[in-house]
Amino acid sequence: MDPRFLWLFAGVGGILLIASVIGAILSRTVKSESGRETVRNLNERVRAWWVMVAIFGIAFVFGKVVTLVLFALTSFYCLREFISLTPTRPADHCALAIAFYIFLPLQYYLIGIDWLALFSIAIPVYAFLLLPVAAAVRGETVNFLMRTAKIQWALMLTVYCISHAPALLILNIPGYEGQNFLLLFFLVTVVQLSDVLQYVFGKLFGRHKVAPRVSPAKTWEGLIGGGLSATAVGAGLWWITPFTPIEAAGMAAAIVIAGFCGGIVLSAVKRSLGAKDWGTMIEGHGGALDRMDSVSFAAPLFFHLCNYFFAA
Amino acid sequence: MIRLLLFAATRFLVGGHPRWQGSEPAARQRIYFANHGSHLDTVLLWSALPPDLRETTHPVAAADYWGKNALSRFVSTHVLNAVLLQRRPKKGEDPLQPLRAILDRGESLIIFPEGTRGDELLPGSFKGGLHHLARDYPRAELIPVYLENLSRAWPKGTLIPVPISCSVRFGPPLPFTPDEPKPAFLDRAREAVVALA
Repeated sequence: MDPRFLWLFAGVGGILLIASVIGAILSRTVKSESGRETVRNLNERVRAWWVMVAIFGIAFVFGKVVTLVLFALTSFYCLREFISLTPTRPADHCALAIAFYIFLPLQYYLIGIDWLALFSIAIPVYAFLLLPVAAAVRGETVNFLMRTAKIQWALMLTVYCISHAPALLILNIPGYEGQNFLLLFFLVTVVQLSDVLQYVFGKLFGRHKVAPRVSPAKTWEGLIGGGLSATAVGAGLWWITPFTPIEAAGMAAAIVIAGFCGGIVLSAVKRSLGAKDWGTMIEGHGGALDRMDSVSFAAPLFFHLCNYFFAA
Repeated sequence: MIRLLLFAATRFLVGGHPRWQGSEPAARQRIYFANHGSHLDTVLLWSALPPDLRETTHPVAAADYWGKNALSRFVSTHVLNAVLLQRRPKKGEDPLQPLRAILDRGESLIIFPEGTRGDELLPGSFKGGLHHLARDYPRAELIPVYLENLSRAWPKGTLIPVPISCSVRFGPPLPFTPDEPKPAFLDRAREAVVALA
């Protein structure tokens, strides 16, 4: 195994260890009611982080198939959360079954067999055309467009977009063969770090809200402070990527901005469905989709930037 | 073993998180009554109970469906601990007899008083069996249960369930007074389930 994996995981583990220690100290020292609430929230996030890092460690150690299965499961839980909040009708059942049992596995299977061309169009073309047919033959026309659009959105965000993260593994970048896992590591690290740092900067310095009605926790101070620091960390990771330091900074900035946009768009979607969190699966993190919202926007963008500028 | 597999598959597909809102899991005799939307209802409600209560809690299943062949009879009576009910009894036969036998032993029941699966999110009108049992077994606590989303996960007339998160909500015990007319009681019981929706 590439020794850089060990260094990276040791680094992430070290950072989490420091975060856990700080969390433990804070939970002893902070006394005010609102402060305790924030510390509790922080500690739950750190705990959930350990679990996610462990899962990623397993994926990296066991290779492509396990990684694909883990991402497919992530898509499954995200899609389940999305559909659970969507008021579907019995007439949508067939379309939903096709989305869950055919297009979700197919999308990851296509990555598994390196069929990049079909991977890119399976859902935007074939699911887009097939799912409304499945719903239309049932004959219920009430809110037809709305119902169809919601199912298509769910499939695009939770399966198509998220699947672009593990699809990084099949990009053929000359001179970077066999190291694509590090590209996935780069994406996930920058996205999640940017989320956390935006939260921390927002808590410390947040004054001006970006979109108060959609996402009250997102502030300009958080975005700029957290985004710049995540970009800096991304630039510092250039040695694990096929990029120069400047390119790595540009890629990280693109990931940060896309991730931020994913956060507010999914927050708006969630609120239009009448919920605060997508689900209760991960302690301290709301649902699975609450953690994957930024990935769902950042992954396709990063994938296509890599594909366009670096792949053969 | 089969039971564990069945539970794992159900959890994976539809979740089924129990929420106790107004009552707590307890070892006393109870009649749980719930809305009925899918074939998963029985498995989900029963698996939402703590393991020690499952042994003495028996879901009531329709004999014409669950007793149809050897496999479904095995799953319902051995895996799910269910008691089979004849929906169309012969003349002069008390269809509630197998249920009474359970209650006479001091054990608990899970019943679906609509009698059949509904398509809507809210339950249809309740059949009278619940009233007979409540009247004859005043010591049993009546616990309303609302199964959320199950009719969406596996609507009537479809082959397979789709993954949609469901939850099982247990409400506060429903009081029973012997002098209340039967239709009024059944309406009140239905309202208690609707209140959890």
